[in-house]
Amino acid sequence: METMEIKPDLIGQSVGRLDSHEKVTGAALFTDDLQFGRKLLHARIKRSPHPHALIKSIDVSRALDLPGVKAIVTGDDFPEHIGLYLKDKHIFARERVRFVGEPVAGVAAVTEEVAEQAVELIDVEYEPLEPVFDPEFGASPEAPLIHPDLEKYEVPNFIFPQAGTNIANHFKIRKGDTGRAWERCTTIVERKFHIPHIQHVPIEPHVAIAQVDQTGKATLWASSQSPFAQRNLIAKTLGISQSDMRVIAPLVGGGFGCKAGVTMEAMPVAIATKVPGYPVKLRLTREEEFYTNFVRQGLVINIKVGCDADGKLLAMENTMFWDGGASTEYGVNITRAGGYSSTGPYDIPNVKTDSLCVYTNHPIGGAYRGFGMSELHTAVDQCMDELAEAIGMDKVAFHKLNCVRGGDTLVTGMTLHPVGLEECIDKVAKAIDWGEKPPAGAPNKRRGKGIALAWKAPAMPPNAGSSARLELNEDGTATLGVGGQEIGQGTFTAVAQIAAATLGVPYESIRIAGPLDTQYSPYEWQTVASRLTWSMGNAVRAAASDARRQILETVAEAWDEDVNDLDIVDGVVISYRSEQEQPLKEMVIYGLPNEDFTEWTGGPIVGRGMFMPTYVTGLDPETGQGERAVVHYTVGAQAFDIEIDMETGKIEVLKGAAAFDVGQAINPELVKAQIEGGFVQGLSSAVFEEIQLKEGVMQNPSFVDYRIATAADIPHEIESIIVEVPQDDGPWGARGVGEHPMIPAVAALANAIYDAVGVRMDGPPFSAEKVYLAMLDAGIVN
Amino acid sequence: MAVHNITFTLNGEAEAAVVPSHMTLLQMLREEIVMTGTKNGCAAGECGACTVLLNGEPVNSCLVLAVECDGQTLVTVEGLAHDRQLDPLQQALIEIGGVQCGFCTPGVLISARALLDRNPHPTKADVQAALVGNLCRCTGYVRIIDGVLAAAERA
Ligand code: FES
Ligand code: FES
Repeated sequence: METMEIKPDLIGQSVGRLDSHEKVTGAALFTDDLQFGRKLLHARIKRSPHPHALIKSIDVSRALDLPGVKAIVTGDDFPEHIGLYLKDKHIFARERVRFVGEPVAGVAAVTEEVAEQAVELIDVEYEPLEPVFDPEFGASPEAPLIHPDLEKYEVPNFIFPQAGTNIANHFKIRKGDTGRAWERCTTIVERKFHIPHIQHVPIEPHVAIAQVDQTGKATLWASSQSPFAQRNLIAKTLGISQSDMRVIAPLVGGGFGCKAGVTMEAMPVAIATKVPGYPVKLRLTREEEFYTNFVRQGLVINIKVGCDADGKLLAMENTMFWDGGASTEYGVNITRAGGYSSTGPYDIPNVKTDSLCVYTNHPIGGAYRGFGMSELHTAVDQCMDELAEAIGMDKVAFHKLNCVRGGDTLVTGMTLHPVGLEECIDKVAKAIDWGEKPPAGAPNKRRGKGIALAWKAPAMPPNAGSSARLELNEDGTATLGVGGQEIGQGTFTAVAQIAAATLGVPYESIRIAGPLDTQYSPYEWQTVASRLTWSMGNAVRAAASDARRQILETVAEAWDEDVNDLDIVDGVVISYRSEQEQPLKEMVIYGLPNEDFTEWTGGPIVGRGMFMPTYVTGLDPETGQGERAVVHYTVGAQAFDIEIDMETGKIEVLKGAAAFDVGQAINPELVKAQIEGGFVQGLSSAVFEEIQLKEGVMQNPSFVDYRIATAADIPHEIESIIVEVPQDDGPWGARGVGEHPMIPAVAALANAIYDAVGVRMDGPPFSAEKVYLAMLDAGIVN
Repeated sequence: MAVHNITFTLNGEAEAAVVPSHMTLLQMLREEIVMTGTKNGCAAGECGACTVLLNGEPVNSCLVLAVECDGQTLVTVEGLAHDRQLDPLQQALIEIGGVQCGFCTPGVLISARALLDRNPHPTKADVQAALVGNLCRCTGYVRIIDGVLAAAERA
């Protein structure tokens, strides 16, 4: 096994990011910074004001007459469906609108102002239909149908839409016998939680520019986590070949899932087909960013968990109604992930889960950092806290008793690989001095501590692939081509380390071929699911090994030596036998001559590599059981030490701690930076964030009304802890951790709030006002 | 549409531009002068990505009209480094890891520069207060704050 090899020094070294110099000087180019000259057209979108309505007519004649308008498109122009998993969406609405903000028509004009005016001049006649806003009701037979054609949609075989209902996917687990298990439980906790919709809020809004040439070939420049998925989906929908659809994706100013799949990127391409030769730019306003894009879908969860007198978990029943919104093209897989991970990282022998993806007339739910898992854990981990409390067991001891371990049979029947979850629990508990409860800092404050666990597997098709290419340069450096995107997480730096370590050159010798461009970057499925370090990392390692092999074979032939006596150290080929040395410089392009210069060997070195998991199995549609549901799980724990101001309900985080088992940290400081960033994003979602929807209309689509954490809102201290139990098929054992640090935050904070003041709320955000009212309700304050 | 001829100092160099009355400073920088280091995250004065120094004071350039800059002095992120020497703040953010996606970074650096110019030895709370208008979704602010404090210490 490759992981048995000696780990090079560069793996586990916190080298500096390779993109930070350009980012601190303002030189880094983001999509909105690209220049397209005076012929650039500006697109604006006519959007539905109704949550659910039939489109009776669209009249664009007045808008077309406006000077400066170059093109107007509607759903009539683009009949095909689009969607990552379930093809249920149109680029522009056809016949029916299903959420407030849904694109109905697109305009391209010479300025943004003209485009905006044209949008106003488009007349759309609607016939309002009864909307659905509650996923629980939406799943019932009484609910009006939002997608009457559901059964006709194209869907992969692991998604189960229920024809004639609003249920776009019903994922089931039937493991053991919960009915009989309840009889053996001495303690049962049964709860219902509501998790609100939240928004990703990258600081860089979505922006995309498209140009179509006279032969119909399209180029798209987009702030994108998924240039290859966008190429594939947009090309198919527009009826062009994937290789005639080129996607160029510069650095991304924050993604968190909202720039994965296809959201607004298809619109400028569609519009551009009507104005060949003109670049067409669509840049979302911050308001549009809030209410028209993928949201993290809401969740209503009914959960029941029981244990025996010793605290051993025996059974769980878990029904999840996911508020999938107007399209569930991506959301169906979130529901699936919520289902196959529905126990959280706990060993529970009897499980019954129904995870339902329900259409509603709310904004479209998409991937959001650790999708499904923050929502799920909010419920699961609060129940665990309650159970431990109810049987009078220390909560850390309870977690350690019940947490998953390597070799366990998981909820899907899969056998778990080795993981260091117990170590994570111990370390976060220690970090916040679990078990000790010093007094609060002031008489009007109460102190509390809370802990929660997390797990998440990369949620993706079974065969999501990665590839990489390493091209050597005259100066002995190597240019690494990858298709995974740098969205801030540091992936370019991590894979450069992997390439350098494998090839045998200094880290500084690796260049990244950027920006990503589907025309020359190697294929990558998507930059999602915390999968790059592992999957793309494997591909990069393979590419660098391939280049290394070519170099060593060339030198071996020129020197008439055995390849096994040669090595590459610091960019120099050395022979342990003859002690000859040959710098990579020049030879990696020009090859090597023989002694009398009569013959040459070698030539330009290009290494290639790929990785695709081949072992993920399907699951039984009725029981959710199968041999291997996922590639692996990354696990971890998080803890809070807080104070609550009894006069205001305000929470102050004295200390936060988080530990994740990353298998092998390629770059420990980058891992810690992910843990800190995820911690604060999770905390922000726990105390501030909620998309307030009233009759389908977002009430707070601005930073003023939708608050995210600022520099003043962070914990006094965050301790980030790395645990390393290697992954058998990760590069030197590495697993991803990009999403995970956000996952346990809400539950861990809720448990700390309970510890401090003895109240539980039915869902976040735990704003000061809500906490105060909960304390008032409980009679703790008056 | 009324247009104005204005002159100003930008990152130490004399500049001139012809700007319509309604054009913002952010638009002038990004679209007229095509200096794109200053970012647009909301165009509504709410995120701080567009922060520049106007006569030494940090302002949201999306809320300032270009015409108001006539005769004034501007510094953007591109003007922080001199003679290939990074500003200590830039150096510290690189070393401490206060940069992830980098989209907030130009605004953060400008706000931090303004802070250190008026208060060379800030406390952690001072730094947090100075950066409260600069939203960052990636870093959790931890390494940004540490970076600013480290830069102050070194200066
Ligand atoms: S772009 Fe100016 S504050 Fe956001
Ligand atoms: S580094 Fe991404 S927003 Fe700050």
